Amino acid sequence: MSNTQQYDYQPGHLTASEPNKYGPGTLKKEEMVLNMGPQHPSTHGVLRLEIVTDGEVVVDVVPHLGYLHRCFEKHAESLPFNQIIPYVDRMDYLAAMNSEHAYVMGVERMLGIENDIPKRVEYIRVLVAELNRLASHFIAIGTYAMDIGAYTPFLWLVRDREHILGMLEWTCGSRMLYNYIWIGGLFYDLPVGFEERCAEFVRYLKPKLVELHQLVVENKIFIQRTAHVGVLPMATAINYGCAGPVLRGSGLRYDLRRVDAYSVYPELDFDIPVGKGEAGTRGDCWDRNWVRVAECWESVKIIEQCLKQLNGKYVRTRDFDPQAMVPKKIRPKAMDFYARAESAKGELGFFFRTDGRSDVPVRCKARACSFHNLSVIAELSRGGLLADLVAVIGSLDLVMGEVDR
Amino acid sequence: MNTTYLPSDFLPIIVQFVLAAAFIVVTMIVTHRIGPIRKSKKKDDPFECGIEVVGDARTPISVKYFLVAILFVLFDVEVIFMYPWAVNFKKLGMLGFVEMVLFMTLLLAGFYYIIRKGVLKWEE
Amino acid sequence: MYATLIIFLLMVPGFVVVGVYLERKISAFIQDRMGPMEVGKWGLLQLIADLLKLLQKEDIVPKAADKWLFLGAPFVIFAAVFAAYAVLPLAPGLSGSGAAVGVFYLLTIVSVDVIGILMAGWGSNNKYALFGAMRSGAQIISYEIPLGLSILCVVMLNQTLDLQAISFQQGIYSPEPVYLFGLKDLGVDVTQMGGFLSWNIVRNPFLFLAYIVFFIASLAECNRAPFDLPEGESELVGGFHTEYSGMRYALLMLSEYGMMLLVSLLGAILFLGSWNTPLPNIGPLRLADWTSGEPGTWLGYLTGAFWLLTKALLAVLVQMWVRWTLPRLRVDQLMFLGWKVLTPVGLVLFFVSGVWRLLGV
Repeated sequence: MSNTQQYDYQPGHLTASEPNKYGPGTLKKEEMVLNMGPQHPSTHGVLRLEIVTDGEVVVDVVPHLGYLHRCFEKHAESLPFNQIIPYVDRMDYLAAMNSEHAYVMGVERMLGIENDIPKRVEYIRVLVAELNRLASHFIAIGTYAMDIGAYTPFLWLVRDREHILGMLEWTCGSRMLYNYIWIGGLFYDLPVGFEERCAEFVRYLKPKLVELHQLVVENKIFIQRTAHVGVLPMATAINYGCAGPVLRGSGLRYDLRRVDAYSVYPELDFDIPVGKGEAGTRGDCWDRNWVRVAECWESVKIIEQCLKQLNGKYVRTRDFDPQAMVPKKIRPKAMDFYARAESAKGELGFFFRTDGRSDVPVRCKARACSFHNLSVIAELSRGGLLADLVAVIGSLDLVMGEVDR
Repeated sequence: MNTTYLPSDFLPIIVQFVLAAAFIVVTMIVTHRIGPIRKSKKKDDPFECGIEVVGDARTPISVKYFLVAILFVLFDVEVIFMYPWAVNFKKLGMLGFVEMVLFMTLLLAGFYYIIRKGVLKWEE
Repeated sequence: MYATLIIFLLMVPGFVVVGVYLERKISAFIQDRMGPMEVGKWGLLQLIADLLKLLQKEDIVPKAADKWLFLGAPFVIFAAVFAAYAVLPLAPGLSGSGAAVGVFYLLTIVSVDVIGILMAGWGSNNKYALFGAMRSGAQIISYEIPLGLSILCVVMLNQTLDLQAISFQQGIYSPEPVYLFGLKDLGVDVTQMGGFLSWNIVRNPFLFLAYIVFFIASLAECNRAPFDLPEGESELVGGFHTEYSGMRYALLMLSEYGMMLLVSLLGAILFLGSWNTPLPNIGPLRLADWTSGEPGTWLGYLTGAFWLLTKALLAVLVQMWVRWTLPRLRVDQLMFLGWKVLTPVGLVLFFVSGVWRLLGV
């Protein structure tokens, strides 16, 4: 009997959600529990926030997670390293290339082949990762503007993102979940003509970025809504393990592309924008958003340099095989290994434990940046207005696929 | 142009009201006729983003709304007072204008007091 | 008289069709999209298709709702907005009701809208709806003060509350002489020139500022962006109409567009010369005479309606343009703008136009 029945099914299982932390007993007289999400237009997916409000003022926020939980880590324990890559894509589905890059570099380092990767492959990796970072930031900035109530920037950014997705689709046949960066190489070389098209896109994008700046960074109402709102002091940001634009918005110049200097980033010239509190307080929502907009410029700079290298020193040759270094057998030695890289949302890390006897990791734990960025939400929104809460959620740029994994 | 105003001038307003109401009634009847009627527990719950509702929505409302409402009554009555005066503005001439400015000044003093009291501060 | 009523009754839904279509196409243009293209030529029949769809939908009443308040709210909102059209003059000699207190009546009707919204919010017994309704109530009543004050400036100038009488004063058919900038001492009689020279915003240049106040306040009255907090999608899902579905939702939508046209028409009548042509007579160039017909003739009706609707539609276009450009304000910023900026500005304008009027007597 026991082996035919996996678990006791009760009709309530499918409909029940996590119980509220606050109930009639724990609320003060004028407080009210308001639920935001999972079916809500501005929680960016299926985040559920339990909000205790007093009138329009937020008293406490409790995030409830797990609506997009897909057992990434458990899946990873039963798959060979190279087959985990598609699952990594699905974590942060807006910046799949960046996640792949982080994961693949980790495995390569475990195998000890990280120095054997051809330079052209590295440049292509950085190029597609930066393109994807642009796409991810576009969604972040666009949805943020939409949360604030401006609908137009979102559609403009989706239009520009469409070009990026088109290019990446041309590269690897898929629009969002690429499985393009392989351990030891790439799926394919860039298609012929990609460099030209990409250069044209960069020329097209620059005026659009200026336009974007005017629309969402310098707009008076936008500044009113985001400056001095959701101020995240640097110390709090560090304590909560925030990373990426959220941390840099608070003023710390911490970018793993520079700190760890992985891949070909040391050879590239780019700045790391940090929040200066130009519109309001340092570390407010405006700063976080501004850091993203500024990073778009930096990504464009990196893309230009990559294109220069790919057209110059590491130009396409007839006999170049991006899969030349792909190991036939991926079996790292027994070890505990942590690898990290700067994804679009911050520090994306993978912790591997291998036993040296199988192609399958014993444990593969992902340190998801959105998860850590989400954890400050209560800290940021307590005492603010309900409308500020939306501004705070948007400024953290959460991707629930990555939070829940 | 109308020079004499009769009560019958208000008749079109009533006609318009009735026609608007008739439009609603007709569309409602049509929509009830051709639309489905299916009851289910989940569907008839109030929308709370897919989570069961905790407590009643009709909790006491922030007092700020009430203060705004009171302030509105004050000002609206004042504005309404000013309409008949404005219509006869030319006839009343300078004296009428000075009188009204005096009245406004008194009212503005109260408005200033209210603002200084922080009635319109929503942040705390 | 009843002819106008029928015209209005046809025009209002007609406009709503045009308005929704325009809104879609304009937002599409602003956002670099195509907008509706599938239903009919260039998507012209999209709204008809939408309404037919909504007509077939179930009319859901939540169990927790207060049934009669919930069901009655769209009635109140819709009837209030559409009954307001009765006093608007469409053309010289053509208006539904010649009520002497047209302006007053319109202000009242706008307030009835608040009752409907509060009914909807309270009746839904939904937290978002209640929040939305409260915000909406606070917003509409706050912006009614600057609205009332800006209209008051016009009434001081025109000395009447009858919208048709106000219209007549702003053109070549004015019963009394019109002086340039409303100043008799300048000695420039522009009654025969007409055109924009006799519009209210020129008769008293400060009325141009009053029109801006009126326009901002009217945006708030219609719950349009950047004042769309009551239905602020990103926080309150749908605001006061969260729980509405099917045809009742459609009625709320229709009233929103009806309201947009209403305030635009009112602004055109009060400030922008109503149904008078914008082109003045210059010497032998009788532009004003050529572009407006005698009151009471068919030509007069047609040209009058044309000019009025053109002006109103232009204002509606600006409303849409604003909506698709600006982000949404926050509640406290909204209150700040309403009470601490627009109301004092309205009071100053009231004072200044009083002085201006006294100068002109």
